[in-house]
Amino acid sequence: MKADKNVYGKLFLSSFGLSAFTFGGGYVIIPLMKRKFVEELHWLEEEEMLNFTAIAQSSPGAVAVNAAVLVGYRVAGLPGALTAVLGTILPPMIVLSVISLFYTAFRESLVVAAVLKGMRAGVVAVIADVVYTMGRGVFKEKRISSVLVMAAAFLAAWAFGVNVIFVILACGLFGALRAIADAKRGKLQ
Amino acid sequence: MILVFLKLFWSFAQVGLFSFGGGMAAMPLIQSQVVDLHQWLTLTEFTDLVTIAEMTPGPIAVNAATFVGIRVAGLPGALIATFGCVLPSFLIVTLLAKVYFKFRSQPVFSGVLSGLRPAVVALIACAGVNMLLLALWGEAGLSSGFRIPDWISAVLVLGCFFVLRKWKPSPITVMLGSGVLGGAAFLIQQALN
Repeated sequence: MKADKNVYGKLFLSSFGLSAFTFGGGYVIIPLMKRKFVEELHWLEEEEMLNFTAIAQSSPGAVAVNAAVLVGYRVAGLPGALTAVLGTILPPMIVLSVISLFYTAFRESLVVAAVLKGMRAGVVAVIADVVYTMGRGVFKEKRISSVLVMAAAFLAAWAFGVNVIFVILACGLFGALRAIADAKRGKLQ
Repeated sequence: MILVFLKLFWSFAQVGLFSFGGGMAAMPLIQSQVVDLHQWLTLTEFTDLVTIAEMTPGPIAVNAATFVGIRVAGLPGALIATFGCVLPSFLIVTLLAKVYFKFRSQPVFSGVLSGLRPAVVALIACAGVNMLLLALWGEAGLSSGFRIPDWISAVLVLGCFFVLRKWKPSPITVMLGSGVLGGAAFLIQQALN
């Protein structure tokens, strides 16, 4: 694809628009990106978008940002990736800047404090729902070791205050070793 | 000041580098950096931030980087923190895109991801439990022994969870509903006391 100025403009506006209207979590943005970049602009094949989704979800960081890097890079190389990321992070930056300016004054109000306290209970329920859904997925794997990893990670982080990063590194390492052991066992049989 | 910028950058670079799985996965990492390690926010402010992040567009990590950055060091702080949280993604994803198909077939790579999945669930649960304690018993939690929880919050948490499981509405709707109903209940309670 020829990377003329028009492409950068379109890339920026598309990712800006997608990001501005995506509420709550990265998984929402993937189907929207598919509609925009595959069906509307025909910049990507459907198959490509699926692969991009897999990469975006298995790389560290926000899924929306990862997907923007991939689409931008594919459409217009490194400058394209930068353009798409800028378009993706600007809307949340602008909104949160405005909110944080008013936050302190906002918090002083009795009514706002009461509403925020009520919303806090709602957030706890939303998190519980996420944990329930994801946790059920882990149980469905039917691997005792995964359930044990989940329990151990929870105990380490909550009861013993182990740094979150160490928990993630240890579990990643465990997953790698388990995969190597599985492969060896497969070869022996 | 330079030191503050470096701390902001490094904290959010770690958030960007170690959050796998999207959505809420970044939340426990942000809490560990922002509340536990650097005390940039209290647990109450952090919970407000998560609430705001769920209701505003964009990834929670970018929302948090902007919010914390501005409060700690103004607009430049927000820019540096956001840059820090996006940079690891940028480098890794560009690299991974080039070698993805070589990597994906390797069992070790998918093994790492399968080990991370239960860990991410556990860490989100851990952050959720901390917020539950905050909602029911305030900043002091249960450190000073068991007390009767805030019953309005307890009813709200149970009610919202039930509604979420039963009708699967958008989380934003549930939080707004909880805010309006709970807000009214808290104000009435205050007026009666």
